Amino acid sequence: MLAQSVFLILAVVALSSGVMVITRRNPVHSVIWLIVTLFSVGGIFLLQYAQFLFAVQIILYVGGIMVLYLFVIMLIRVETVAKQAPYSRQWAIGLGAVLVLACELMYGVYKGVESFHLGTPSRPPVDMNNTEAVAGVLYNNYMLPVEIASLLLLVAMVGAVLMAKKRFE
Amino acid sequence: MFNDAVQFVENYPLLVAAIKIVIVFLVLSGVVAYMVLAERKVLAFMQARLGPMRVGPWGLFQPAADGLKLLLKEDIIPAGADKFVFLIAPVISVVAAFTVFAVIPYGPSSALIITDLNVGLLFVVAVSSLGIYGIILGGWASNSHYPLLGSLRSAAQLVSYEIPAGMAIVGVLLVSNSLSLVKIVEAQQSSGLWNFFLQPLGFLIFLIAAVAETNRNPFDLPEAESELTAGFHTEYSGFRFALYFMAEYTSMVLVSALAVVLFWGGWLRPFASVAALDFLNYLPPVSLLMIAGVVFFFARRNPVPAEKWFLVAVAAGSAVLAGVVAVPVVITAVQPIFWFTAKVFALLYAFIWYRATFPRYRYDQLMNVGWRWLIPLALGNLIATACVLWWAGPNPGRLKLFFAMLAANLAVAIVVALLVGWRSPTAAAVEKQTGS
Amino acid sequence: MTPVPVEYFLLLGTGLFTIGVVGVLTRRNIIIILMSIELILNAVNINLVAFSHLYGNVNGQVFALFVITDAVAEAAVGLGLIIALFRNKETVNADEIDLLKW
Repeated sequence: MLAQSVFLILAVVALSSGVMVITRRNPVHSVIWLIVTLFSVGGIFLLQYAQFLFAVQIILYVGGIMVLYLFVIMLIRVETVAKQAPYSRQWAIGLGAVLVLACELMYGVYKGVESFHLGTPSRPPVDMNNTEAVAGVLYNNYMLPVEIASLLLLVAMVGAVLMAKKRFE
Repeated sequence: MFNDAVQFVENYPLLVAAIKIVIVFLVLSGVVAYMVLAERKVLAFMQARLGPMRVGPWGLFQPAADGLKLLLKEDIIPAGADKFVFLIAPVISVVAAFTVFAVIPYGPSSALIITDLNVGLLFVVAVSSLGIYGIILGGWASNSHYPLLGSLRSAAQLVSYEIPAGMAIVGVLLVSNSLSLVKIVEAQQSSGLWNFFLQPLGFLIFLIAAVAETNRNPFDLPEAESELTAGFHTEYSGFRFALYFMAEYTSMVLVSALAVVLFWGGWLRPFASVAALDFLNYLPPVSLLMIAGVVFFFARRNPVPAEKWFLVAVAAGSAVLAGVVAVPVVITAVQPIFWFTAKVFALLYAFIWYRATFPRYRYDQLMNVGWRWLIPLALGNLIATACVLWWAGPNPGRLKLFFAMLAANLAVAIVVALLVGWRSPTAAAVEKQTGS
Repeated sequence: MTPVPVEYFLLLGTGLFTIGVVGVLTRRNIIIILMSIELILNAVNINLVAFSHLYGNVNGQVFALFVITDAVAEAAVGLGLIIALFRNKETVNADEIDLLKW
């Protein structure tokens, strides 16, 4: 019962702050609400005993990426952005399409749970150290993807520097 | 009675945790308040001044007066400020700084730590990376130029120095083999070597990054008085300013406590395994006696009767406390807390010392130190540590490990210095190129 | 603590995903569009972790890690693009960047 109520609170916070993210005029407010969303998603991870992922979520997402967003938002002028029309002209079509998509997804979940016989998860053994388990799988089974991911990060780093750099004549 | 206490702890874990949190919070607030006074006093003495002297004997009640003043001041919200963000920003700073203390171990028993997470180190890194939001959002919401510049500077600075600090912590992680802060200290106990001796380079990197992350001299560019009035908190006044102030000093205590836990053996006595140094165990009562003596010396020369008797009472109190602590049972009980506190205070003193010693960096110099020196050094340190541990195998001898690590650290320092320094443009060359 | 059934997590993931897609399709500000993409990625992570929890192995969590790595790269490149764009066109609205439209 406790787990369920915690889940409900986290889910409501995540969804409502998610809605706030896409409806705010001021991007800084969007960032703040996105941070709230990320925190509650982190809480969802903790609820499922994924402690390492929770830490990564906070360190990388909240402590890193969102700071980057704030930094960029402050570099461009927010006041003018906040006064412009927030939604594009095709918002009605977009909303309609997404409603259809949402219905399909819900139906998929509903049918999927039924036909794949998804049970309720069980608690992992207490002595299992999540960080060690993740590290073991990550560096044994997924060594090549790790290398590719590091290459991706390098490329992204170089690309970001190159694009954001002022060009001297 | 003892059994009753144990029963109580077992029956009400949440209540006990809440009590611990309140105690830690109160003690920490006291430390922070007196840290401000200590900073003013120490700086004053280093500059041949006296510092605050008016409130209480030798200015001892100055923190209370300061706090009262800040609480009673008007809480101004500037016109055009983003009100909501402006109001929550300082709270974020304080909460982030205080939350981390939940996993800091003050002693070996579970009574002396609020909670021992098995991902404690990750928790520390995660939560302490949130403090930056208080600074960025506060500076932005003020709708003013200096705060915005200050917060942009601090965003860049904190993000840059978090990387070397994190990598220095990973070095400790490799040596200690655990993410739990309690286990890290226990590893230092069982190996008989503080991590400082295995990771001298890592300690240096962590210390520099810690000073930069707390926005202290010589890295206090986000609030450089001579350039940005007060940086990100220029527009803040009254209680909210006090919150920022508290957050800054709390994070100083925090990084000192972390450095102590990670590198200086936490609650362990210096050279705990050397029996010849066992007389150090008597330091707690002796230091209390010394405090009593000093206070009594000043009390005799104090002309104001009320202050004089207050000081005499303090001296008598610490003498009695010294007597209590000298009881054999108590002396072993206070060992961990005494050493932990002593080490943290030593590091806090160093923070004040830096401020009196070093001039502030220029912004490009700051970035140079972070990106061109600390990050390569931290990376090299990480690789060298991993290699040495792999070479030494499981359960290596203490001296073997120490010398191997020392050699590796020296090698890394020399190689990085050669590589980075080799093509480093001199200041003159930079000036010539940019034409400034 | 009775565990939470897996479909709850899936429904939450669906909800977040939908919100993210709505943001991408209806907002003009590129920065908020990028943030909506972060929402979508988070929804995916919720699903991955839910299944990892359900089947009791950590492969799903490892995949979530890779997704986060991807999000980092995406944010860095995307924000770099936004800065370059703002410098040249003085706008961050997606529908005003129509240089290729005739």
